[in-house]
Amino acid sequence: MLTALLFGALVNLNHPGRYVHWGFIQISVANLVVIGLMVVVFVAAILVPFHRKRGGQS
Amino acid sequence: MSGAKFNPDRDVADWTGPYRPYDLVKEFLIALFVVGLIIVGLTIVFSSPDDRPVTLQSWSQNNPVDFAQTAITELDGSSGVAAYGPPYVPSSAGASQQMGFFAPERWFGVHIPINTAQDYVIGPLRTLPDQPLLTAYLNTYRDASSSQQSTWTAAYEKVVANATFQSDEIRVARGNYGPVAGIIRSLTTMARSGALDGALLRSGQFYDTNYTKPLLFLANGSYLANLGGNQHLQGSQWGMMNETGNYPGQAWLWLYTLWYQVQPMKSSSNGDLEVWVIMMALTLLLALVPFIPGLRSVPRWSRVYRLIWRDHYRTG
Amino acid sequence: MSVHTDRPTSATDPSLADQWTAKLRKAAETAFPPERLLPDAQPSYVASWVYVFGVLTLVSLIWVIVTGCVLAIMGPTWWHVSSVGLFVNSLHLWSVELFFFFMVIHLWGKFFMAAWRGRRRATWVSGVVTFVISVGAAFTGYLSQQNFDSQWIATQAKDGINATGAGAFFNVLNFGQMLMWHIVLLPLVVVVLTGLHVLMVRHRGVVPPFADTPGSSPPSPAAEVAEQP
Repeated sequence: MLTALLFGALVNLNHPGRYVHWGFIQISVANLVVIGLMVVVFVAAILVPFHRKRGGQS
Repeated sequence: MSGAKFNPDRDVADWTGPYRPYDLVKEFLIALFVVGLIIVGLTIVFSSPDDRPVTLQSWSQNNPVDFAQTAITELDGSSGVAAYGPPYVPSSAGASQQMGFFAPERWFGVHIPINTAQDYVIGPLRTLPDQPLLTAYLNTYRDASSSQQSTWTAAYEKVVANATFQSDEIRVARGNYGPVAGIIRSLTTMARSGALDGALLRSGQFYDTNYTKPLLFLANGSYLANLGGNQHLQGSQWGMMNETGNYPGQAWLWLYTLWYQVQPMKSSSNGDLEVWVIMMALTLLLALVPFIPGLRSVPRWSRVYRLIWRDHYRTG
Repeated sequence: MSVHTDRPTSATDPSLADQWTAKLRKAAETAFPPERLLPDAQPSYVASWVYVFGVLTLVSLIWVIVTGCVLAIMGPTWWHVSSVGLFVNSLHLWSVELFFFFMVIHLWGKFFMAAWRGRRRATWVSGVVTFVISVGAAFTGYLSQQNFDSQWIATQAKDGINATGAGAFFNVLNFGQMLMWHIVLLPLVVVVLTGLHVLMVRHRGVVPPFADTPGSSPPSPAAEVAEQP
């Protein structure tokens, strides 16, 4: 079971890809998720407070 | 230029304000550990793709007619590679890309010479031993004049689109093809046996790691192209960014592939060179942002920095 | 020529100061005193999560290299025939995805902070160059997979590269060549450039914020604007 867990995949991405068509843009769902995540993470990095203890380390 | 006027988009006064303790090594080690965990997590959940490669054998077994159609174009010099130009064939035989006087493809010339008739058809067939009929075909073809060869290959090429595969061999309509029909039939059989893969890769030596010849042969046919299309990997499908299956691909290539989708690059015969020139210019622009007035002012105008440094401005 | 009984230094023996070794050491000490190379404090304005993306990119690169080394130990065929190999290959792939993920966010952050200000233009330029070379390193990696994807990428990319003339020398269909670029040449360049980039950041420090009045204000006379490189 551990072997299967370690060396298989819990989610099988080897099916034919799903694609989004928007005007002349064609993008895979996977790439869209990656790019979307990047934007979300960037915005979060700017907005989420970075509090640090006085004299301590974050 | 000491004493140059202060430009807020280029200059900044050295910091004379307070410092706070910040443990860089601890931050580094925590980051190393956390990112390592994320990588292991992604691996356990998603693994990675590994679609089996195509071979000349699998191609000719799955679509022998398409193989034969490609083979005749290699023999008569009308295939994609034969008409490519440098670096495979001289530019007189093919079309190379250029923009005005700028023609680097032609300037660098032929460094990977390929003679498609010899390298893809005649040469490999000559390696087969104990084939008197095939040897006769090849000798007849060799000894004929080039105009006679063209007559045969043109006639065959006309009918091969409607060829069928029966009783383990390529069949075409009756006609006068000289030895060409026999040559293409033999090459198809050789490919289906797997022997052509080895013959093209090794080309006279035991060890090789250079797959130029078999890959170009594969690329000249429709079989590989159709497989790519099924996986959304073709240029017109923004394929440069994509990966097989549902995996994320190379999202960072979005801008490179975007230019192939817009005119005039989309339908230009010099599209590759044009897109490359555009991307080189944009990359240079990105590298030189600090030197470009206007572009380097965007951060200050956008005021995103007011969010990033809001603690500083509040206490400032 | 004198014989020294204690270890000589250029402090005790001025004639040694002309040595190239001594000059190099002095230049390094001046540019990177230890407390600047590994500081234990940062300016108070370094207080945003956007600052962690540099180190996240760096550690992702480390994981790319470590997993790549494991693949190198076992050779290029291993991951096709072994489930452990496939696991390590997956680690390598996701390290690369994270490397680019964090690097681009780092670029966005540095752009909006105009991090080239104050004689930091070389830091910006080295970052962009590292990004571009990294794209090339990833490209040669995809070409080295020895599967359908690498066949496809090679036969497609050859047209773009041939159009520039580089295809005469850089043959994406040549697995041996692409593999060696991927595991020797390009990693060397990426690591050296990354090292220089990090040293530049240590040398100049993290860029200060814009002056906090709307628009800009010149510095006080005490803080002179130094000549731009």
